[in-house]
Amino acid sequence: MVKSTTKDAQDLFHSLRSTYVATPTNLKIIDLYVCFAVFTALIQVAYMALVGSFPFNSFLSGVLSCIGTAVLAVCLRIQVNKENKEFKDLAPERAFADFVLCNLVLHLVIINFLG
Amino acid sequence: MGGKSEPAKSESMATTTTSPDLINSSFFSFKSLKLKTKQQELLLRISILGLVYILAFIARLFSVLRYESMIHEFDPYFNYRTTLFLTEKGFYEFWNWFDSESWYPLGRIIGGTLYPGLMVTAALIYWALRFLRFFVHIREVCVLTAPFFASNTTLVAYFFGKEIWDTGAGLVAAVLIAICPGYISRSVAGSYDNEAVAIFALLLTFYLFVKAVNTGSLAWALASAFGYFYMVSAWGGYVFIINLVPLYVLVLLITGRYSMRLYIAYNCMYILGMLLAMQIRFVGFQHVQSGEHMGAMGVFLLMQVFYFLDWVKYQLNDTKLFQTFLRITVTSAIMVGGIALGLGTASGYISPWTGRFYSLLDPTYAKDHIPIIASVSEHQPTAWSSFMFDYHILLFLFPAGLYFCFKRLSDATIFIVMYGLTSLYFAGVMVRLILVATPAVCLISAIAVSATVKNLTSLLRTKQKVSQTGSTKGAGSSKASSKVTLDQSQPFQKNGAIALLVGVFYLLSRYAIHCTWVTSEAYSSPSIVLAARGAHGNRILFDDYREAYYWLRQNTPTDAKIMSWWDYGYQITAMGNRTVIVDNNTWNNTHIATVGRAMSSNEDEAYEIMRSLDVNYVLVVFGGVTGYSSDDINKFLWMVRIGGGVYPVIKEPEYLVNGEFRVDKGASPKMLNCLMYKLCYYRFGELTTEYGKPPGYDRARGVEIGNKDIKLEHLEEAYTTSNWIVRIYRVKPPTNRL
Repeated sequence: MVKSTTKDAQDLFHSLRSTYVATPTNLKIIDLYVCFAVFTALIQVAYMALVGSFPFNSFLSGVLSCIGTAVLAVCLRIQVNKENKEFKDLAPERAFADFVLCNLVLHLVIINFLG
Repeated sequence: MGGKSEPAKSESMATTTTSPDLINSSFFSFKSLKLKTKQQELLLRISILGLVYILAFIARLFSVLRYESMIHEFDPYFNYRTTLFLTEKGFYEFWNWFDSESWYPLGRIIGGTLYPGLMVTAALIYWALRFLRFFVHIREVCVLTAPFFASNTTLVAYFFGKEIWDTGAGLVAAVLIAICPGYISRSVAGSYDNEAVAIFALLLTFYLFVKAVNTGSLAWALASAFGYFYMVSAWGGYVFIINLVPLYVLVLLITGRYSMRLYIAYNCMYILGMLLAMQIRFVGFQHVQSGEHMGAMGVFLLMQVFYFLDWVKYQLNDTKLFQTFLRITVTSAIMVGGIALGLGTASGYISPWTGRFYSLLDPTYAKDHIPIIASVSEHQPTAWSSFMFDYHILLFLFPAGLYFCFKRLSDATIFIVMYGLTSLYFAGVMVRLILVATPAVCLISAIAVSATVKNLTSLLRTKQKVSQTGSTKGAGSSKASSKVTLDQSQPFQKNGAIALLVGVFYLLSRYAIHCTWVTSEAYSSPSIVLAARGAHGNRILFDDYREAYYWLRQNTPTDAKIMSWWDYGYQITAMGNRTVIVDNNTWNNTHIATVGRAMSSNEDEAYEIMRSLDVNYVLVVFGGVTGYSSDDINKFLWMVRIGGGVYPVIKEPEYLVNGEFRVDKGASPKMLNCLMYKLCYYRFGELTTEYGKPPGYDRARGVEIGNKDIKLEHLEEAYTTSNWIVRIYRVKPPTNRL
């Protein structure tokens, strides 16, 4: 039972890896950015668990800025990905401009909320 | 998607209610102007929207024309006072304002406990007008803010209708919502309350969100986040949006209609909207700590998991491996989510649903546990007559519209159906929430009207082209083309269509007449000036409230403290400019219960309480001379209940006789000796109020009062207004001790 699940997990891992290698570079860069943002958020949560959550607004603004920018990057990836039929007539420049605008608003609000 | 000439006919129905012969003359002028059909259509649409904009504004001006330009009711006086403060002292002072003139001796942190959207909007309009050198008084701006935003709501309704169905439905929705009594009731000129801008913000947020889901663009999702921020800043009812949108996303996920556009729209709106909403101090951290907002967070996390799984499935292209992965992820996600939610709720970190919103789910909760919420007349359950009164023909057009929506299901129609059904449920629980359901009902009814009229007029326009199968006709519905082929066997098809169209026009004209009548008779009274018909049918105005408040302003020392029931607190601070003990904010139940206890005790006990609160004047409202039925004696039982909820020494059955509330000779002795009774009926026993009745006849209760010989020991009468509606008493300082 354990052997088959580990074998399954290995197969899963190999299959995912082989498909992922085939994705274009610009999407991989976006994925890297998303992972970095989520990782930063996790570090902040661990720090909060260590020293306590006062002042709460600073903690929230820190974590939400990471989560926010990760989510926006995922939205950008969706819009730029050539395999998505729904967005084939959306220019990637327009998608990137929307991404930059939303990030600008996000970080302005974060700066106000940071306290 | 109707043909080029269809919208022209469907709009003619809208203008029929105003001027039938405009159409004939306009067709002639169009031909002489040599406009193309598309331009004709655009001109018609713009002129109709312009007329609807003006109509929505004018329909709300009845009370300004009949009385004067003044603020109505109770809550708007607080909003007016804060707006005045904002324009005089600036935004920084306003945001950090601590008010010591209300809730003496506690004070109130106004900057942190109000929704600033309305005041900031009015102040911006005021500053904009001043910049253009129109030096209007802030009161005029406040009075006319609500009609202005009602006009803007009709525009948003047009665009929303266009998004859901087509331009015809948008135009009908704009007309319906311009005069719908459910909306007019809270947005007449003078009703300067949060709902005036909140309904505009609500509809705007929903429109922008549906647009974002339809187009999948980040820019529209950002706009909907800003719309949500405006809504949060304007009204506590934003909780409806933060629960309806996740519910809608959940429904789409379950029915399999999800797409990438949904992911982009919801995530951007949720994160940015939540961050923006937390900038309002009154809302604070509720988006991550309160039980009412957890649904949105849950759906957010669910979406991440869902779309991640979808992406992995797409990558793998192999079902067996994917099943394993699915099993692992789903079990771990559910476990983590369940543990987090359980820990949060059990430790009290995630607060449960507050009483105000919990009583929407369980309507009997407030009556048993929180008498203050149960006592507000706007929070009572809705009667059927209220629905008919506020909606008229929209009541049966709503199910018809639901039918059309289900026939053509899309992301947008699913949203409007969900909005309509949930808001109608809440409208049934609480009268005040009919306002929230009004835009949905108007939009769905507009779909019904527009689709019906379109089908009927397409029948009229088929002419004699029986040889064609009718597929080239721009009607766009197979029903019409099948009817064309039937035309030969049923020659009266056209007459039937004409008869039905006349019926539709008749219904809509009755709707317009009803709405105007309702606005004029029921929803245009300022509540602070009362009107009655005299013996010869002439109108008599009772301006007693303002008379009393101005007496207070001019004849009492500036640091005087006024005790009254909480209904009048805002008006006393705004117009009388004096400190009050309790006001309409009702944030401190114990303080209100103390005042209730003072009003229900006998004079000696009440004097102790009043001395402890530093009260200088007591104000009561009495309707016995004029027959005014919303006075303090009729509200007295609520004072007893609220006081008794905190101080067990006050027992409600002691004030009743056999469960009945009486003020005549058979009333209970506790009732005949309580402070409220004495203050209301002092010297009333000598007054003859009606011809043929004994002196001391109370016209509001219809009985002769029991205790006519009232002596006051610790208070003395300071002022009684000309119709005895407001009575003010001075609290005497204690006598010298011997």
